[in-house]
Amino acid sequence: MTTLIAIIGIGIFCLVAEIMNLKKIIIPVSIVLLLTLFGLNINQEFLPEIKGYTSMIEVNKFSIAFSSLFILLTAFLILMSAPSYKNSSKLSDFISIKVFMLSGAVAMVSFSNLAMFFLGIEVLSIGLYVLAGSDRLNIKSNEAGMKYFLMGSFASGILLFGITMLYGATGTFDVGTLYEASISASTEFWFYIGVILITIGMLFKVAATPMHFWAPDVYEGSPTQVTAIMSTLAKVAAMASFFKLITILNSQMLFSYTQVIIVVVIATMLFGNIMALRQKKVKRVIAYSGISHTGFMLLTLLNINAAENNLLFYAASYAIAGLAAFSVILFVIKNEDNDQIENFNGLGKKHPLMAFIMTISLLSMAGIPILAGFFAKFFLLNQIISSGFIGLAIVAIINSMIAVFYYFKIVVAMYTKEPTYGKEYATHSEYYIVGIVATVLLVLIGLFPDTLLNLI
Amino acid sequence: MDSSIVLIVLLVGALVTYLSGNKFASKIALVSSIAAFGATVLALNAYQAGENLDVTIPWISQFNINFALHVDGLSLVMLLLTTGLLPLIILSGFITKFENSKSIYALMLFMGFSMAGTFLASDGFLYYIFWEIALIPIYFIALNWGNGDVEDRKKAILKFFIYTFAGSLFMLLAFIYLYSKGGSFDINKLYALPLTHIEKTYIFFAFFLAYAIKIPVIPFHTWQANTYSKAPAVGTMLLSGIMLKMGLYSVLRWQLPLSDSAAKEYMPIIVALSIAGIIYGAIVTLKQKDIKKFLAYSSLSHVGLIAAGLYSLTIEGFQGAVLQMLSHGIVIVGLFYVVELIYNRYNTYQIKEMGGIRIQDTYFASLFMIIMLASVALPTTFNFIGEFNLLYSLFKVNIWYAVIAGTTIILGAFYMLRMFQKVMLGSETKTFHKISKQESIVLVLVVGLTIFFGLFPQPIIDLITPSLQSILTQIK
Repeated sequence: MTTLIAIIGIGIFCLVAEIMNLKKIIIPVSIVLLLTLFGLNINQEFLPEIKGYTSMIEVNKFSIAFSSLFILLTAFLILMSAPSYKNSSKLSDFISIKVFMLSGAVAMVSFSNLAMFFLGIEVLSIGLYVLAGSDRLNIKSNEAGMKYFLMGSFASGILLFGITMLYGATGTFDVGTLYEASISASTEFWFYIGVILITIGMLFKVAATPMHFWAPDVYEGSPTQVTAIMSTLAKVAAMASFFKLITILNSQMLFSYTQVIIVVVIATMLFGNIMALRQKKVKRVIAYSGISHTGFMLLTLLNINAAENNLLFYAASYAIAGLAAFSVILFVIKNEDNDQIENFNGLGKKHPLMAFIMTISLLSMAGIPILAGFFAKFFLLNQIISSGFIGLAIVAIINSMIAVFYYFKIVVAMYTKEPTYGKEYATHSEYYIVGIVATVLLVLIGLFPDTLLNLI
Repeated sequence: MDSSIVLIVLLVGALVTYLSGNKFASKIALVSSIAAFGATVLALNAYQAGENLDVTIPWISQFNINFALHVDGLSLVMLLLTTGLLPLIILSGFITKFENSKSIYALMLFMGFSMAGTFLASDGFLYYIFWEIALIPIYFIALNWGNGDVEDRKKAILKFFIYTFAGSLFMLLAFIYLYSKGGSFDINKLYALPLTHIEKTYIFFAFFLAYAIKIPVIPFHTWQANTYSKAPAVGTMLLSGIMLKMGLYSVLRWQLPLSDSAAKEYMPIIVALSIAGIIYGAIVTLKQKDIKKFLAYSSLSHVGLIAAGLYSLTIEGFQGAVLQMLSHGIVIVGLFYVVELIYNRYNTYQIKEMGGIRIQDTYFASLFMIIMLASVALPTTFNFIGEFNLLYSLFKVNIWYAVIAGTTIILGAFYMLRMFQKVMLGSETKTFHKISKQESIVLVLVVGLTIFFGLFPQPIIDLITPSLQSILTQIK
């Protein structure tokens, strides 16, 4: 609870600072505050405890680990978006929306009441709808915002309907009671209808096949620094909260449910990868590869009782690699709508450092050893093989191979082609900072995976 | 002293080389690689004095993964090959002017690091990581500094990457499966796992996929010739001299002991495949017009013989294979260096555009002659010892294997001599600048090593035999 209140405090500070004419310090101060909060959140003993909200929020290792990850991501995302808002009159609005979105994300992993969960997911989603359309003079951004809003609210409706079904079956939103109901034999059958509806709603939010169609268009249309939020923070938060919901509502993993998840996983991985092969724009490549990463993360549901740290590891390495990649994308295209892969041609000659950052991030996503992404894949494969899904492991491996094709397409463009992009690259140091820190993190996580694994 | 020092020297060397800037990169790289060789020699001394060089540092405690290195005769010999060839390869890079040379020399040392790690690792997970990261530097070396048309090169090298990556992912699967059985990646614990024959068969083929692509055994060889001809000379040397030995070494160290009964069952098939590789390689070599492709296919043929010896599961086969790995590594570096020297002067890889070199530079021609004769395993060269053992092992398995493989070697002598004739002999058509003293160092070293070990192979045989014997008992 303390974390949540602190985050909201930072959000209100951003709003108030504008009134007090302190616009210049909004970004630095909010980043410093977020990083402080990150430190405090990991070492909970320094954080003052606020009692009396146990029916709404439960703080456990799962919520601490994930909320720390979200706070860190938000801090970097805000830093990365700073250059885009340099001349904007709405700086404080956008930054505070991002901070409030973080509060939604934190609520999504630490709820102990479904009302809180729904609040969290709505705060996150509504913030994203606004940000997706925030480039209001750009028709593509408008399209993205509208599309995301329509589809997203539809999914929220289904989710809400599922929650009411659960309420109808048990008469409560409380997580503990719902858990007991889910393992008792005398539960009303609409409890399961509720579970199915919630699953559908969440599959939409994490962009899993067959509910992924919004993702590429929205990713492409939104301003790039918002795409970065969608593909890192929003995806990871939705995935973690989906995982938590399933541990509560379906910890037994009924056979038929497992079958459905397996089909969804295979479809998601294959679809994302195969579509990514044909894309010409980097943001769309990232969108489709994000879909296939969703497929990998969904694998954790198959062994729900022992996969918390695998999910955390995968989520962290995927999101950090995403940060690094987006810092380079922003560096090259500077928030304009020209993210064709050709624009990355010759980056290796013109800016070896940025090309290196992009390479590391793509190699990590492809699962090449010593980088974080390899360990994430390894832990996941290990988990599904030891629970007996060897066929699924082979499918996952084939997908890793397919992924190499499109990740290397970008690498090859950076290193072998002559520079063709006429425009200047960005000069803002923020992109360098985020890119370098994320790259170092990717290597460090790879060298010392224990530290991250032991968080949960 | 422990064995990690070699790895540290190489890794630090790579970093220093990169930081030293384009001007000094090549020299710093040479010094670091020689230092690594020195460290290896020290390790060899310590090992023979009976010192324990193993390293075990806990790494990922939740999964019981250690940073574990183990030194025995076999891994030491492979380490010697790696760190010994690395200075030669770096030295042979001196004749080419590389753009952005700090990167390529750093990548070469980094590749040496990961290959040395592959030979030392005794924890399956660590081994896999070293095995896999070796791909990254060679990918970039071939991509950025390779020759020929960029589009063709990109395709060839991506194919190589995908092939090897795909193979090793199946190996990873096998490792994870073994881990899920025994809860550890430690090599001795993996050896001791009680597995059923069916499980062993699956594991045998999962490993086989990874190694058959790397070695390469037909029908997994299609990446090889194109990659060899597109990569720069130093890249080709790294690939053929050391990297493909990673596959052969791993067969001995990991595949055969882990899947013993399956190895025995499928031995005739795999040996037959390898021999088919010898014949296929030899026949295709006859037709090659590009000298780099010529050497690639002849190398396919030689390596097929090594693989056949390994899979024959006899001690002679093992010994011959290890000896031949060493000699093939040394000789192939020499051959590709010769090609590069000629390319520097004639600016072509086409055999028909060469010729008339012997008249102009007899010294160079005689060095090349010796290396070429070594590669066809003339007695008194190092290659002869290995080849003899390999053929003997095939003879023990089935006399027809030995007959077929042996006749192919005659074919090998034929195409090598014909190539020599076309490239070196004939009347003077273009001017060939005599090779300088500095350029000849690599060749002299290669010739010296092949002849020396051809006359005195016993120290190496003594070094490797105990570890090979223990692997063989593990299989039997």
